Amino acid sequence: MTFKLAASPHSHQRRTTKQVMRWVYLALVPGLLTIIYFFGWGVIWQLMLAVITAWVAEALCMKLRGRPIESAWHDHTALVTAILLGISIPGFAPWWIIVIGTAFSIIIVKHVYGGVGMNIFNPAMAGYVVLLISFPVQMTSWPLPVQLSQIDLSFFDSAVLIFTGYTPSGYDLEQLRMGADGMTMATPLDSLRTALNHEMTIDEALQQPIFGSIAGLGWQWVNAAFLLGGLVLLKVRVINWHIPVGMLLGLAVPAALAWMFSPDQSVSPVMHLFSGATMLGAFFIATDPVTAATSNRGRLYFGLLIGFLVFAIRTWGGYPDAVAFAVLLANMTVPVIDKYTQPVAYGHGEKS
Amino acid sequence: MSAAAKKAIETGKIWTFPGGIHPPERKELSNHSPIGQLALAATYVVPIKQHTGAPGEICVAVDERVLRGQPLTQSTTGQGLPVHAPTSGTVTAIGPGRIAHPSGMADIVIRIRADGEDESVPQQGLTDYTQVSRAELLDSIRLAGIAGLGGAGFPTAQKLALQRPIDYLIINGVECEPYISADDRLMREHAESIIDGAEILLHLAGCNKGLVAIEDNKPEAIAAMQDVLQQHPHFSLRVVPTKYPSGGEKQLIQLLTGRQVPSRGLPIDIGLIMQNVGTAYAVSRAIRHGEALTERVVTVTGEAVAKPGNYWVRIGTPVAHVLQQTGFQAQDNEQRIIMGGPMMGFTLPDVDVPIVKISNCLLVPSTTELAPAQQEMPCIRCGACSDVCPAELLPQQLQWLAKAKDHEGLEKQNLFDCIECGACAYVCPSEIPLVHYYRKAKAEIRNIAREKAKAEIARERFEARNERLEREKEQRLERHRKAAEARKKAQQEQVKSGGDNPQDAVQAAIARAKARKAAQQKAADEQASSNDEDNA
Ligand code: SF4
Ligand code: SF4
Repeated sequence: MTFKLAASPHSHQRRTTKQVMRWVYLALVPGLLTIIYFFGWGVIWQLMLAVITAWVAEALCMKLRGRPIESAWHDHTALVTAILLGISIPGFAPWWIIVIGTAFSIIIVKHVYGGVGMNIFNPAMAGYVVLLISFPVQMTSWPLPVQLSQIDLSFFDSAVLIFTGYTPSGYDLEQLRMGADGMTMATPLDSLRTALNHEMTIDEALQQPIFGSIAGLGWQWVNAAFLLGGLVLLKVRVINWHIPVGMLLGLAVPAALAWMFSPDQSVSPVMHLFSGATMLGAFFIATDPVTAATSNRGRLYFGLLIGFLVFAIRTWGGYPDAVAFAVLLANMTVPVIDKYTQPVAYGHGEKS
Repeated sequence: MSAAAKKAIETGKIWTFPGGIHPPERKELSNHSPIGQLALAATYVVPIKQHTGAPGEICVAVDERVLRGQPLTQSTTGQGLPVHAPTSGTVTAIGPGRIAHPSGMADIVIRIRADGEDESVPQQGLTDYTQVSRAELLDSIRLAGIAGLGGAGFPTAQKLALQRPIDYLIINGVECEPYISADDRLMREHAESIIDGAEILLHLAGCNKGLVAIEDNKPEAIAAMQDVLQQHPHFSLRVVPTKYPSGGEKQLIQLLTGRQVPSRGLPIDIGLIMQNVGTAYAVSRAIRHGEALTERVVTVTGEAVAKPGNYWVRIGTPVAHVLQQTGFQAQDNEQRIIMGGPMMGFTLPDVDVPIVKISNCLLVPSTTELAPAQQEMPCIRCGACSDVCPAELLPQQLQWLAKAKDHEGLEKQNLFDCIECGACAYVCPSEIPLVHYYRKAKAEIRNIAREKAKAEIARERFEARNERLEREKEQRLERHRKAAEARKKAQQEQVKSGGDNPQDAVQAAIARAKARKAAQQKAADEQASSNDEDNA
């Protein structure tokens, strides 16, 4: 009788990629709920469009590369890319924005570089940046928090708006973004920038209705919810602390310094941490393992770099949010970081 | 080792090592009952090489009757390790046979048909080993055929023979591999002999400090050893936390001393020597009772055997016999027979291969307890593998480089410091058989190095041969030139002296010389080519 041959180890921890990904989806839920609560149903439609596009694009690539099409369905990395992009773009952006962005992320950023595990750039963020550069107007038209908005949109109204550009009652996106005073309102980070450029002090700027108690109205809670989800991921050890802690420190420390030296002219560290895509970026985007540095020490530096770049771009740059650019720039430095942070193997250090 | 380093060790401090995993231990399956005996098998298969190093020369013949403990091989160099007959019986065959090896390769084995008498060679033990010379003691250990029973199979006497300063002897009773409880049971039942063997080893190592390490999941073994150790002030007990692979030589050294064995070096380079508890036990038996190593404790476990437990198994017992005695039932055609534990053991293609000195476990799992490997998925670079690597390597980079056959990159990433513990593959969510790739890459690199060395030798030999032929040719020409001259002279003299018909004689001489030359040339060529064959 002959027996089955297998390579050691014969024991395996039953935690598959699928389970890991399930935690990621679960951890995104609180953030998603707060987005819906504050910014309406648009995000759900964006997510659906993103996921469908990702699957079609993935299947297409598989076919072109001569692989079984079903394997597209096994691959959760495409799904995560789609979800992150769907969450990152303005909720009521026209449908073709997300479709183009997701297709670009999957086909160009991921597959042209060789598929899972081979891409250099974070696919979701590369897609985001391409959209931002190509369609700046649509990509910066963030809806007002529902609480400030004059118009209430139902689930289906949102769909109509996304697909036709008008709500069933004939409003367009621009009108939706008007406050009670009939002025279009920018996002909190934008308003701050504008205010500072107009020589207002921070305190004056923060008087605007778009701000809540610690950061932008709505945004602060969205960030808090992503922080919560991120902590869950840390707890169940789906991610390690190095990247998120690195990124938050990299952002908060320079922000605190600047704030200490010129409190009137700078955004407070807390404001930084709870604005824009900070928490989503720190726990869900920058942690993409494929495009991050390799060793834990390297990942700490990688996180710090992203945090600092976010601070720098928000402070001196011209774009509304900085996380996408910061992540892509940091992606480019990964080979260098890896080179200098290779762990000292057993028997090579001074302990031997 | 510096005084400060020793002082730190003396405090009883337990350091940590990076990474490591906590797989299900499953030791309760086999560690409840005392070590059992198996009925004698009808035949035994003793491979002549069961240790690292050269085998000895076979010193028995087919049809010869042998007794238990009788050496079947001996070594003339004083280096090789003998193997012994596991029971009394008749040698039925000597020749190639399959042995338990990850590659399923064949080696020379000696087959013995047991006669059921189990008659032993007379044994003579020593009561006071301090009265005999060190060399004699080492020789007794070597002649008893003792090699490290923990898994590496390095000849114990050879390890001790290195005359280098040693600060600590470490007795390894950690047994971190899941399922295995052979050392656990041995410590519970034979603590006295183990420590006795450890004292002998300490005496031979020429140092006065020993550390006995046990993982904290074996409270009974700890208690038993503690009890005995009270009378042995040279030794102190170190209980290490349960974590795989804390029993690995390098990891245990790090745990007990905070130091690391230099890459490609040996523990002795940092004044340490490590022996397994089973080895210490065998040393005690060899010295005190004159017993050769003919049996060892083997854990037979897994849900596919009816009577899991630990057994004294004669070296050379076919695996089939062990499994049959313990009530093995193959579950399905996914059944695996693993020699060793679930982390580092290897699967056997069939059960005809014998138990050898380093076989500590036979694991026959059901598919529900150890699920077969799943489809390998692409690496997602999650880093789980590098988080658990005790050697602080980057397994994800290694697998990538191994697949790309980038040997230079592999060496740069220290592939050869990988201890093949399997922790990385255990956690990999993409179920990549990482260790399998590393083994393959290591073998490839070694092969290339071997080929290179071979080519180098061949080149040198080729050049030497050319030189020699050149030299011989010149010598030959020189001889012929001289002979021709002499002949010419003789001829001239003959002509001068007016001999008759010299022309005929000249012709005949030329023909003879030609024939001789041809014959000489042929012989020289033949010899040269046969020399080359010998050397090849
Ligand atoms: S654990 Fe597996 S999938 Fe994750 S980085 Fe290591 S090799 Fe890649
Ligand atoms: S098998 Fe090698 S690479 Fe993997 S964890 Fe063990 S030492 Fe590290």
